[in-house]
Amino acid sequence: MSGIPHDHYEPKTGIEKWLHRRLPIVGLVYDTLMIPTPKNLNWWWIWGIVLAFCLALQIVTGIVLVMHYTPHADMAFASVEHIMRDVNGGYMLRYLHANGASLFFFAVYIHIFRGLYYGSYKAPREVTWIIGMLIYLLMMATGFMGYVLPWGQMSFWGATVITGLFGAIPGIGEPIQQWLLGGPAVGNYTLNRFFSLHYLLPFVIAGLVILHIWAFHHTGNNNPSGVEVRRGSKEEAEKDTLPFWPYFVIKDLFALVLVLLVFWAIVAYMPNFLGHPDNYVMANPLSTPAHIVPEWYFLPFYAILRAFTADVWVVMFANWISFGIIDAKFFGVLAMFGAIAVMALTPWLDTSSVRSGRHRPMFKSFFWLLVVDFVVLMWAGAMPAEPPYSTISLIGAAYWFAYFLVILPLLGVLERPTTPPASIEADFKAKVKAKKSGVAPEQIPAE
Amino acid sequence: MIRKLALSALAALTLGSAPALAAGEGGHVHDFAFSFEGPFGTYDRNQLQRGLQVYNEVCSACHGLSLVSFRALTDETGPALEPDVMRAFAAEHEVEDGEGGYRAAGMTDHFGHSTLENAPDLSLMAKARAGFHGPYGLGINQLIHGMGGAEYIASFLTGFTGEETEMAGALFYENSAFGGNVAMPPVLMEDLVEYSDGTPATEEQMAQDVAAFLMWAAEPRLPQRKMWGFIGVLFLGLLASLLYLTNKRLWAPVKDAAKHG
Repeated sequence: MSGIPHDHYEPKTGIEKWLHRRLPIVGLVYDTLMIPTPKNLNWWWIWGIVLAFCLALQIVTGIVLVMHYTPHADMAFASVEHIMRDVNGGYMLRYLHANGASLFFFAVYIHIFRGLYYGSYKAPREVTWIIGMLIYLLMMATGFMGYVLPWGQMSFWGATVITGLFGAIPGIGEPIQQWLLGGPAVGNYTLNRFFSLHYLLPFVIAGLVILHIWAFHHTGNNNPSGVEVRRGSKEEAEKDTLPFWPYFVIKDLFALVLVLLVFWAIVAYMPNFLGHPDNYVMANPLSTPAHIVPEWYFLPFYAILRAFTADVWVVMFANWISFGIIDAKFFGVLAMFGAIAVMALTPWLDTSSVRSGRHRPMFKSFFWLLVVDFVVLMWAGAMPAEPPYSTISLIGAAYWFAYFLVILPLLGVLERPTTPPASIEADFKAKVKAKKSGVAPEQIPAE
Repeated sequence: MIRKLALSALAALTLGSAPALAAGEGGHVHDFAFSFEGPFGTYDRNQLQRGLQVYNEVCSACHGLSLVSFRALTDETGPALEPDVMRAFAAEHEVEDGEGGYRAAGMTDHFGHSTLENAPDLSLMAKARAGFHGPYGLGINQLIHGMGGAEYIASFLTGFTGEETEMAGALFYENSAFGGNVAMPPVLMEDLVEYSDGTPATEEQMAQDVAAFLMWAAEPRLPQRKMWGFIGVLFLGLLASLLYLTNKRLWAPVKDAAKHG
């Protein structure tokens, strides 16, 4: 499976040989588990396992929740309360599922930013990156539709606002919105189709996750140094790598349990902290909440959506040049989807010949500024759409686009990267030695 | 520097980005001390029974509690009524019998719906009003002081300033917890109910008791949840320690080789 030379499964007993000739499934599992993995992976590489766990957790808790949930506008809210009160352990199941979505997005954001920092999107891993972005898009769709299912106030009005985004598309927007909702406004038919898709999409995600893993198992993992594993011979490759089992399985499990420790404490002690209290009020089409706020994991993009109001000059210019077709609302929608699109295009926007951000001094500052920008946008998205928050959102949105469309392409030309280590083995040795002597590995000159 | 800033921002992300706002933004909420706060907090059985009395004699005139069943009143971690007391209590209430008439409620029936159209159902009120905390919508008050919907309800009930305004032919009452005018008039006054356990029925006492009762009504499984939290954290902590040692031992030869190689 992998391009890195390593030992493959050899069936020994008669029955193993018999099966292997007919279905080499044991070999597939063996090769997947024993995949050569760069020795020098640091702790930012553990979030993939956390994400795989999240998907499994959401599917398992979700399937049990469905056994007790009623997808009907008149009964959904009460059936969720039935789960909370009468179903054995139902309160834990539901809180695990609801907070599981938060852990899922928390992990995916760290995973994405890790990829952005270490250049994991660069050749030959563009397809892994694109599949990852598709997974992220499906996660957002699934999370959004799942939030509608309890049929609280925020479910109802969130669904109204988000499907309204599609209604902003000139000309064909309204039919699209109606097609998504299944009717003229959010109603029982909307709840039913969202329920159906919320059950379906996680399995599509699971399929894409297999492709995602297949893709990076084929190219080999990226690593903090950004240097490729040497593939001249098996002996050479073994100096740079260790088999996934047991070295990285145990390391990842340790990290996963630590993450779960914090997650479990949140579920048990503050399960509603990340949710919106208004969702404990049953959906009421006649009463609009004072502030309609999406879940925290959508807030950065929600802030970008709201940042482009009619008095911003780019919006006015777009309006003028499109003869009024692109209004502020549609511009905001384009900006929101564009913010994700530019992220997906990163492999072709980054012109630097050096892969890892560790060896790019200027890039580092811009990258960490992007992280700050993301958090600021998240905060601004939760605030009312008025000054100074709208201005902050606009500055944040501008930097987001500038980072991907201007800074990344220019840095490749302007920046003078430092020399990456000669091999992963050398990087690993430097790291281990630095740790013993208490010096940060970055400060040790590359060999 | 920027990196440090980003990391602390990331830390803030986990704590913050919380539910902003909701009703009564800008109002003042007093941080009452409730028995169910903290990692080991549980409901005070006597307080819940007093709160039930206040709900039953005062609030239920207008407000419903439609998601709560009568049999739930026997919950050992809740009001813990004796089964026969609960049955007698249920029988004082009437429910529709499905044939156009009414019958006395049984243990599996629920409390009624609101009788006044603009009086919200109180079943989940303690959770639906848990989002007023500041500062800046970061939820710090909720995190550090354990302030939630129960505090809001108790503050609301004791928060009437006495100011009245007439708007469009209806009277509105100023409330400091809401931070504005509300349609609900002040209802609690000293000795409005007579507690059977002899607790003096001050306005504040009744407000806290009914707030605690409504917290139980909204989250009856809170004590069990916290118990699972303790067991889980203990177990995961132990597992993490073992995996830490396993991992250390597993990697030791690899790191030794790298150090001397």
